[in-house]
Amino acid sequence: MAEMDTSSQGGGHKKGPGVKKGKKMSTRVDLTPMVDLGFLLITFFIFTTTMSQPTAMKLFLPKDTDKPEEQNKAKESGALTIMLGDKNHVYYYEGILDPAGANFKSSNFKDIRDVIINKKRSTDEKDFVVVIKPGDQSTYKNIIDILDEMSINVVKKYALVDISEGEAQLVKASDASAGS
Amino acid sequence: MSRPKIARKSTNIDMTAMCDVAFLLLSFFILTTKFKPSEAVPVNTPNSVAAKVAPEKDIVMISLNNEGKVFISTGDGAADKDKKEQILQSINNSKGLGLTDAEIKALVKAPFIGVPFTQLAGQAKLPTEQMNAKLPGIPVQDSTNNQMIDWMRAVAEVYAGTKPNLLLKGDNVAKYPAFKNIITAFKKNDLMKFQMVTNPESVPSGTDLWKANMKGVKQEDL
Repeated sequence: MAEMDTSSQGGGHKKGPGVKKGKKMSTRVDLTPMVDLGFLLITFFIFTTTMSQPTAMKLFLPKDTDKPEEQNKAKESGALTIMLGDKNHVYYYEGILDPAGANFKSSNFKDIRDVIINKKRSTDEKDFVVVIKPGDQSTYKNIIDILDEMSINVVKKYALVDISEGEAQLVKASDASAGS
Repeated sequence: MSRPKIARKSTNIDMTAMCDVAFLLLSFFILTTKFKPSEAVPVNTPNSVAAKVAPEKDIVMISLNNEGKVFISTGDGAADKDKKEQILQSINNSKGLGLTDAEIKALVKAPFIGVPFTQLAGQAKLPTEQMNAKLPGIPVQDSTNNQMIDWMRAVAEVYAGTKPNLLLKGDNVAKYPAFKNIITAFKKNDLMKFQMVTNPESVPSGTDLWKANMKGVKQEDL
C-alpha cells in the first residue's frame, strides 16, 4: 500500500541539524463516508431505472360476427354486467336487466371488487362472464381500471361491449341524480 | 511452549478499493440509464397490475391524448423507421396523396404523425419543435371518416406475416368513444391483439391474483 512515512522518527537526519520540521499531517483520508454515498446513489439509480419502465396490458379482441351461431352466448345466471358512467360512477346488474330497472345497482371503483368476488364465488366458473359496457362519458382510465379488476380477480371471461340505448339512459339518469 | 505471538493488526480497513468499486458501479448505472425521451405528446397513462414490460421493437404506437386527439408513431430503431417509410408509401399510394420522396423522408423523421391525410404534406414542412399536441390529430371521431382504419390497413400490409406490437397509449381523461373508434380500426383490419401502455401498480393483497402470485403462478398463465 502506498503510504507516506508519517513517523517523526529520524526526520531530523535528512534535513540536517537546525532545520525546523514542518508539522506533518496524515495523508490518509477516511473513505467510509464516500463509500456510503456511492452505494446510496447506486441504490437510487437501480430503483429509479426499474420503476419507470412502462408495462403493457394485453387485450385480445373477439372477431365481430354476424352469424348468430358463432356468437358467444353468455348464460344469464352467470353474467355480471358492469356499466361505466360519468365521473367514475359504476353501475352493475346481474343476469338480465329488469325492465323496470329493479336490479340496476350503483357502485364505485372501490366496491365493485367485492361485487365481482361475490359473483365469482357464487357462480359456476364455466358460466361466469363479466360484460363491461363503458358509457360515452367514461374515461380511458375507467376502462383500464375495470379491465385491471378483471386481472386482479382472475376473471377468465370478460367482454367489452357497446352500451345499449336503454342502459345508456339509465346510466345518464343515475349520473344526474347522483350529482357531482 | 509459548504461543506464537499474533501480530496486532490495525482495525482500520483501507476503504479506497471499496470506494473505487462503488463509484465504478455508480458510473455504470448512470451511463446505462436511458432517460425518458421527452415526449412531443404528453400522455398520463393509467396504472395497472400488468407485470409485462412494454416492448420496444416492432412497435406501432397509437397515442390518445387528453383532448381525444390521436397520434401514430413507431419505434426509434432503424428497422422500425424502415417500416414507417413503407407505411407512409402505402398510404401515399392508396390515397393518391402525391407526396414527394423528400416529404416522406421528412415525415419518417418526425416523432409522430398527427394530421389528417390531406395535411400530411403540411406536416412534412413543419420543423420538429412545432410538431406537438397542437396538431389536429388523426380523425377517428366518426365512422364515416375514421382514418385510423386506413393507417391500420397500411400497418397490417407492411407487417404482413410478422406480428407488429400494437401499443395503445391513452391518457387518463380521454373519453371512451375515441378509444372505441381506435379499437374498431384494429378490428376492421383483423389486428386482434394489442397492448395498452400503463404504469405498474402493486397487486392488492388478499385478491385472487395476489394469491396466485404468492403461489408463484405467472400472471400470463392464468
